[in-house]
Amino acid sequence: MTTALEIISPEQLLLARPVSMVVIPGTEGDLGILPEHSKLITSLRGGMIDIYEDDVIVDRFFVTGGFAEVTEDRCTVLADQIVKLSEINPDDAASELANATEAYRTVNETDTAAWRQASDRLITAQARVDALGAETHEKR
Amino acid sequence: MPSLKSLRNRISSVKSTQKITKAMKMVAAAKLRRAQSQAEAARPYATRMAAMMSALAQGASSNPNAPKLLVGTGSDKRHLIVAVTADRGLAGPFNASLVRAARTKVRALETEGKTAQVFAVGRKGRDSFRRDMSDRMFGDINFVGKKSVAFAEAEAIAQRIIAAFDDGGFDVCTLVFNRFVSIMVQQVAETPLIPAAAGPANDNGAESGANEYEIEPDDGSLLDRLLPRNLAVQIYAALLESNAGFYASQMTAMDNATRNAGDMINRLTMNYNRTRQANITRELIEIISGAEAL
Repeated sequence: MTTALEIISPEQLLLARPVSMVVIPGTEGDLGILPEHSKLITSLRGGMIDIYEDDVIVDRFFVTGGFAEVTEDRCTVLADQIVKLSEINPDDAASELANATEAYRTVNETDTAAWRQASDRLITAQARVDALGAETHEKR
Repeated sequence: MPSLKSLRNRISSVKSTQKITKAMKMVAAAKLRRAQSQAEAARPYATRMAAMMSALAQGASSNPNAPKLLVGTGSDKRHLIVAVTADRGLAGPFNASLVRAARTKVRALETEGKTAQVFAVGRKGRDSFRRDMSDRMFGDINFVGKKSVAFAEAEAIAQRIIAAFDDGGFDVCTLVFNRFVSIMVQQVAETPLIPAAAGPANDNGAESGANEYEIEPDDGSLLDRLLPRNLAVQIYAALLESNAGFYASQMTAMDNATRNAGDMINRLTMNYNRTRQANITRELIEIISGAEAL
């Protein structure tokens, strides 16, 4: 049994293939999508999409956010921005984290929309740095 | 009768014009291919997004606390028209027909007693709206010097529109752009942006499946995120369509220009040869009659 996974960015259809499991970073926690998953629409936070083939991760992508639609036989990820983990630039990730932290510290907390934006940005930046850390760790 | 020298000059100047139009046609053809494939690559995202929107919107539009972006402010007095033109000219009626359509819409709204503002996307549109509608300009943006349209630019436009909407600047927002039908045909099309519930995405919503979806997070913040995103996606799709349409239109216009230049060269060459022949005949007559007189 497989789930038809589609990863789509605004610019192009990035990936479309059947997979045995995919883990996506939902705003309320990571979701492992197996075949026959109940119908679901969720927004995504910044984090990793892990594609599993027979219990082994075969591909990892980093998304900055977006949406996912899951049905019994299909999982569609609409990503804001998406890069392969190996293509993240560590310096950019670090400086974005510094900027996001600064923005979060100075944001007006009574303005919900701005606050949410700043916190999303911080979560995304942190996730990107964490993703890099995890990978270099694995390599050692 | 024009002199031989002036005819020669005209022929050579038309020939160099023809070379330019021919080169422009070929450049436009190459760029059209790229613009078209870019527009096609962006389509899956837009269609999936529309499907998701309609699934969510059905449940939310009856909710009294539904976001204003979805259901509108309850009034339709003040309009914002986002007119997408190109940054360059020499593309036949491409820009002019769009500007005319936008202008007609503004006039029509004003005769109904509503107000309208124009947001000019693209340099050509800005230039012509500024001439007679400078008091109704909302703003302008252009992509001069950029190679291709990036999603970030569509997002920036969407953010400006949403910021103005949240400030109560207008009630209804409509996108006017050239839809790429085929290489020969570009059609001026309108898409309602705000309120989103009026969009065509709603009619074909999944009949029964829509409400079976679990929605996470469940507090309506999903719609708050999805709506601005959807706006940007629609604008992005329109920018890409318009871009492809522009190159198609330019290609057709330059093809016509090349053909016209060819016709003109033929006419001028014919004229040139006739004049040359007439001159020779005249000179011969002069010589012969001179010889006979001796």
